[in-house]
Amino acid sequence: MTEPGQKLNGSEIFFECLRRENVDYIFGYPGGALLKVYETLHDVKDIKHILVRHEQGATHMAEGYARATGRPGVVLVTSGPGATNTVTGISNAYMDSTPMVVFTGQVPSTLIGNDAFQEADIVGITRPITKHNFLVKDVRELATTIQKAFYLATTGRPGPVLVDMPKDVLNAECAFEWPESVEIRGYKPTIKCHANQVQKAAKMIAKAKRPLFYIGGGVITAEASEELRKIAIDQDIPVTMTLQGLGAFPGDHPLSMGMLGMHGTFWANQAVNNCDLLIAVGARFDDRVTGKVDTFATQAFKIHNDIDPTNVDKNIKVDLPVVGDAKDFLASILNELPKSHESRSPWLAQIKAWQEQCPMNYSDGEDSLKTEFVIDEVSRQTKGHAVVVTDVGQHQMWTAQYYKFTEPRSIITSGGLGTMGFGLPATIGAAFGVTDRPVVLFCGDGGLMMNIQEMVTAVYNKVPIKIFLINNSYLGMVRQWQELFHKEKYSFTDLESSNPDFVKLAEAFGCRAICATTQEEARKAISEALAYNDGPTFVEFRVVRKDMVFPMVPAGGSISDMMLARLNPKTMV
Amino acid sequence: MKHLISVLVENKFGTLNRVAAMFSARGFNLESISIGETEDAEVSRMTIVTRGEDRIISQVLKQLNRLVDTIKVTDLTHQPHVERELLLMSLKLTKTAQHEIFELINVFKGKVVDIKQKSITIEVIGSPDKINTAIDLFRPFGIRELARSGAVAIHRGES
Repeated sequence: MTEPGQKLNGSEIFFECLRRENVDYIFGYPGGALLKVYETLHDVKDIKHILVRHEQGATHMAEGYARATGRPGVVLVTSGPGATNTVTGISNAYMDSTPMVVFTGQVPSTLIGNDAFQEADIVGITRPITKHNFLVKDVRELATTIQKAFYLATTGRPGPVLVDMPKDVLNAECAFEWPESVEIRGYKPTIKCHANQVQKAAKMIAKAKRPLFYIGGGVITAEASEELRKIAIDQDIPVTMTLQGLGAFPGDHPLSMGMLGMHGTFWANQAVNNCDLLIAVGARFDDRVTGKVDTFATQAFKIHNDIDPTNVDKNIKVDLPVVGDAKDFLASILNELPKSHESRSPWLAQIKAWQEQCPMNYSDGEDSLKTEFVIDEVSRQTKGHAVVVTDVGQHQMWTAQYYKFTEPRSIITSGGLGTMGFGLPATIGAAFGVTDRPVVLFCGDGGLMMNIQEMVTAVYNKVPIKIFLINNSYLGMVRQWQELFHKEKYSFTDLESSNPDFVKLAEAFGCRAICATTQEEARKAISEALAYNDGPTFVEFRVVRKDMVFPMVPAGGSISDMMLARLNPKTMV
Repeated sequence: MKHLISVLVENKFGTLNRVAAMFSARGFNLESISIGETEDAEVSRMTIVTRGEDRIISQVLKQLNRLVDTIKVTDLTHQPHVERELLLMSLKLTKTAQHEIFELINVFKGKVVDIKQKSITIEVIGSPDKINTAIDLFRPFGIRELARSGAVAIHRGES
């Protein structure tokens, strides 16, 4: 490491800062404005640079890495188109509160505003989709800005931060300084929960007859699963989780209710609307969770813990807000809870009755391969221990329903933004971060094509990911809505005649590729893929084409009013 | 109802844009926004006039606080405060109306800042309500152009 005070150029300062932030991977793509950085990078040995094939891929890889490890993902791209290509990925990270620092090259500061070659006002463009962003105008501010960027990205409610670095700043020299601590006048996130609020919450929990935990991704970010597990088990409180919260509580435990909301379990949604106490932790009452807000959990006293005060009372008015970190909240609750609590047996029996009334299952047969079966089988073969990445659509919801997530940081999915094309690059990024667990991707045939170029990155770096393509040759979720709500007008969702030969395509990238059309072939392909760790394995599962995700709450409907099966069985085949 | 919000922000490039963009992105009403330097060179004060029911205003305040460049957010609406706005307005000047115009200027304690044969430019300072009334009353004389500063406000001092 360089001693403070030594004279360095902007590019050298850049890497020196990354070292001090313990960055091990950068996902990037070179270009004109970054030539100096890549010149310096040529001799950098302790930070690994992963060359992507599209800047959007870099952002999703960084997000996959961050979600799998809890450490910030780092992206490095050039000015203009390099920078604008990151917009979707930044927006995705913003919606899902993922720590990420995006470095963009910029035209020389003297040319900014002149419509220079490869100039884009990326700070202006990304202002509403970053937690904060910076344009560095002077090399003497570069190090402190980078330090602030990492601090902002990783503290409070995490999120993406962008640092725009003009070419002349990267060339200019100054004495390297690294302040001991970060001071941002207007930024003081509340970590510690208010003691009175916590005491009130603990009292409510002890005396509730029908309590329910509603757990979001905040519990995973805060690494608070252990505290949650203790409270839930000690107190007999069932736990339902959002898409991002899956894995916060073990999915195979009897108190796990699975996911709630639009494609949640029947019993989780019934429990929400019948509980007398709803304890929301690190969740934000998203419209996919609440359905019609007027009918959401109307019988419940609502406690809401979130680190971001803007989430409180945003969509649903709550009775007891507790702003602060989820780990602090749950640990403090654990300390405050009395030994005895109300009996929850009638409540748990009621939930069991709902489970028996409408269990999660699917019809299957040896010859017709269904996505649910594939996910179920992967769940069995990995014993719920894999890091599972999804793309967006039907397979994503089936993954949430049928993969038994047993530990935190196990599902990596685009929840808020719903970005098709997220899956493949995010899987690659996750696999750079996690090497002791299998990393698998479930992806549809629509989404895979949206960032297919990153197959190169996976193959070249011999990343041992399992790419499970769920091919129904439809944009399945859109098709499902067309069938249910749009007069069966299947407008531009049938991809059968335009899709490529996926196995040949994977092979062209140099990837091992297998095709499975029956349950037997699927079982075998999954076990082969899981056994191979010298590079990626691609498996195309040719699944039944018109399967639909149930149960389902139609958009804007009440969550206690779920569609449990297809209305018209004739459209089934 | 109408709310008057005072925001201390970092005196930095792009801060006004961040605040204004947040209002438009979240669909909040933004009636006026004014910004200027304060006694501290690194800090600017923004005065924002917005409208909304309590739930919306509470989100507005929280979203403002959430911006990294905001240092302090105060809803002055229900606190003792002084609120002023500056109106600059140029009117048609005719012999017949001249007398009445000057009378009105006196009523509003306004000032004549420029006068030509056929036009007169005046300034009026007061609460936004007073400015609204002034505009209504001057309108019949023929307003050629007008500019309003938007409200600026500050806490009343301690007694």
